[in-house]
Amino acid sequence: MKDEIERYLSERRGDLVRFATLQLRNRDQAEEAVQQATLAALENADRFAGRASVRTWVFSILKNKIIDRLRHGQRESTFSELAGPEEDGADLAEYFTERGFWRPGAKPARWVEPDDDLEQEQFWRVFELCLEVLPERTARVFMMREVLGFETNEICKELSISTSNCWVILHRARGALRGCLEERWFAA
Amino acid sequence: MLTCKHATELMSQELDRKLSWRERMALRLHLMMCNGCHRYRKQMEFLRRAMRRYGGGDPGGG
Repeated sequence: MKDEIERYLSERRGDLVRFATLQLRNRDQAEEAVQQATLAALENADRFAGRASVRTWVFSILKNKIIDRLRHGQRESTFSELAGPEEDGADLAEYFTERGFWRPGAKPARWVEPDDDLEQEQFWRVFELCLEVLPERTARVFMMREVLGFETNEICKELSISTSNCWVILHRARGALRGCLEERWFAA
Repeated sequence: MLTCKHATELMSQELDRKLSWRERMALRLHLMMCNGCHRYRKQMEFLRRAMRRYGGGDPGGG
């Protein structure tokens, strides 16, 4: 088991750093979080029971290190310093006509058996790329919600934003990720 | 009558909060008539699965 964990940590270090960078939007902080997680994983290797995959196990440790950083960092100032569109910006306006219906050509296409694509390494490269191009603030809220498992009200509290603002940001993130995947993967 | 724009907002929010009865009815009605939004909703569900898996939530994931 320990060998398996060590192998994963060395072979997949790049994955871990990319993942942490997407959450923290800061390469140095990401490297530090990965280092902490690596140490913690090695220290607790004998507790890994093999019930989950090594990836799941390592990622759960890394996520906790990231959450610690988000919680105890100067989060408010950090969040307001992140680049991002204004809250009241027209969301996903490019997809809709003035009357609020799908613009011709912007209507969602049919994705054929998308779950099969989850098995492809190449899909995940595109997926990460689409997450990387999200504006920083949008990405921060989206990651907290979907990857780090925060409830919406916790996100509002942590980042000092209103609930409705939080919903708008999440909606924008999902719409942008959907559009990017459609363009670069499903319709590519 | 719900617009597609508003429908997509509700389809995002239903992943974060419980929609009211009225909102659910309006959305259901809209989805019956609009295949673009119908696809959008399936894709939202897919994105949630993909994000969970990306975050290590699913054993053996990507």
